Amino acid sequence: MTEALARGEKLPVDWKNQIVYYLGPTPAKPGDPIGSCGPTTSGRMDAYTPTMLDQGIKGMVGKGSRTPEVVEAMKRNGATYFAAVGGAAALIAKSVKKYTVLAYPELGPEAVAALEVVDFPAIVVIDCEGNNFYEIGQKPFRNFDINQI
Amino acid sequence: MRELDVKVITENVAEMCKEAAYYLPDDVYRGLKRGRETEKSEVGKIVLDQIIKNAEIAKAEDRPYCQDTGMTIVFLKVGQDLHITGGDLTEAVNAGIAKGYTEGYLRKSVVGEPLFNRVNTKNNTPGVIYTEIVPGDKLDITIAPKGFGSENKSGIKMLVPADGVKGVKKAVMEIILHASMNPCPPMVVGIGIGGTMDRAALLSKKALTRSIDERNPMPEYAKLEEELLEMINQTGIGPQLGGTTSALAVNIEWGPTHIAGLPVAVTICCHAMRHSHRVL
Ligand code: SF4
Repeated sequence: MTEALARGEKLPVDWKNQIVYYLGPTPAKPGDPIGSCGPTTSGRMDAYTPTMLDQGIKGMVGKGSRTPEVVEAMKRNGATYFAAVGGAAALIAKSVKKYTVLAYPELGPEAVAALEVVDFPAIVVIDCEGNNFYEIGQKPFRNFDINQI
Repeated sequence: MRELDVKVITENVAEMCKEAAYYLPDDVYRGLKRGRETEKSEVGKIVLDQIIKNAEIAKAEDRPYCQDTGMTIVFLKVGQDLHITGGDLTEAVNAGIAKGYTEGYLRKSVVGEPLFNRVNTKNNTPGVIYTEIVPGDKLDITIAPKGFGSENKSGIKMLVPADGVKGVKKAVMEIILHASMNPCPPMVVGIGIGGTMDRAALLSKKALTRSIDERNPMPEYAKLEEELLEMINQTGIGPQLGGTTSALAVNIEWGPTHIAGLPVAVTICCHAMRHSHRVL
């Protein structure tokens, strides 16, 4: 998508005010809207994320740390980053009611799709001011210094 | 001489791929429960509750525990008195992987070539297959699907003998701190010490096939496993959002090495410590 934007093309999906969930689900069993669908590593998207945030994305759901460039772009655009629990894929699938592919169907599990969700379990980890709960959450329990080995 | 048809191997591998993807081994499930009891972070408790519930749903409904059903690592121990008939062993194993991943609604996550033309092979083959010839007339199969969120955070360090135990601890902890919350903790850490660079890496993978409740039979290594586990659980990494349950276990395997070397390989596994084992 960032390549398409660089070529001056229009994107197949309007990202304004959307929340993007980074995932690559397993194939749905017959009768299910989706297969197991936990978050994938957000860091894989970091190189493209500032450009995508400038398209109007307001929230991202994934797992793992983000680069300072992404955090800056989040502040600029008032966007929030949520963590879903990595590996809780069968549990998260329960909250997805509908899955509709919108673009790039050839990418299979990595196509762009619309999800309809109820009670989706996500936790804010980086807010639009850049506060990072990954750091805040670890600090009180850190009792280790590698230089003491 | 005992004969074993490749069709039997394919069928068993297919079933094992599904089993491994759906059912978290009991020792890991119990480890998560123990972690939940001792976890000090409130957010950490919420995360562990979700992970435990996830294991229960996956098992009850035959669903993949995690959407990354991994690259399929296969350890084969082939008895030297066993005669495999009806076809090629490697092909039979790969046919089993393709069947299991297709029938089991598992994700196909393998590209045929890594750099210039990353095209999905669409059936998760080829597996990463290690074959060892052993005494006897049985075929011992272990299937260990490996997700790449954690694999990407694994590492290797070629130490020198003078680095000693201290150097090993430092090397391991550097890799752990760098990995932080990215490999879906609580982790299980497999460590290979000794051998050559490649042997150390393989030992670190083999270490992960041992139960998390079983310590290395040599007391010095068992102690090192426990010391490292304690250090990892004091990093604050916790179950992804901070806390005290960063890892469930550290398993070390060692091998003879060269007079000039001390290789240390660390394979980080996430809480999705999936395995299946059968003897045919
Ligand atoms: S690291 Fe493990 S638990 Fe996390 S997404 Fe990958 S396979 Fe699943």
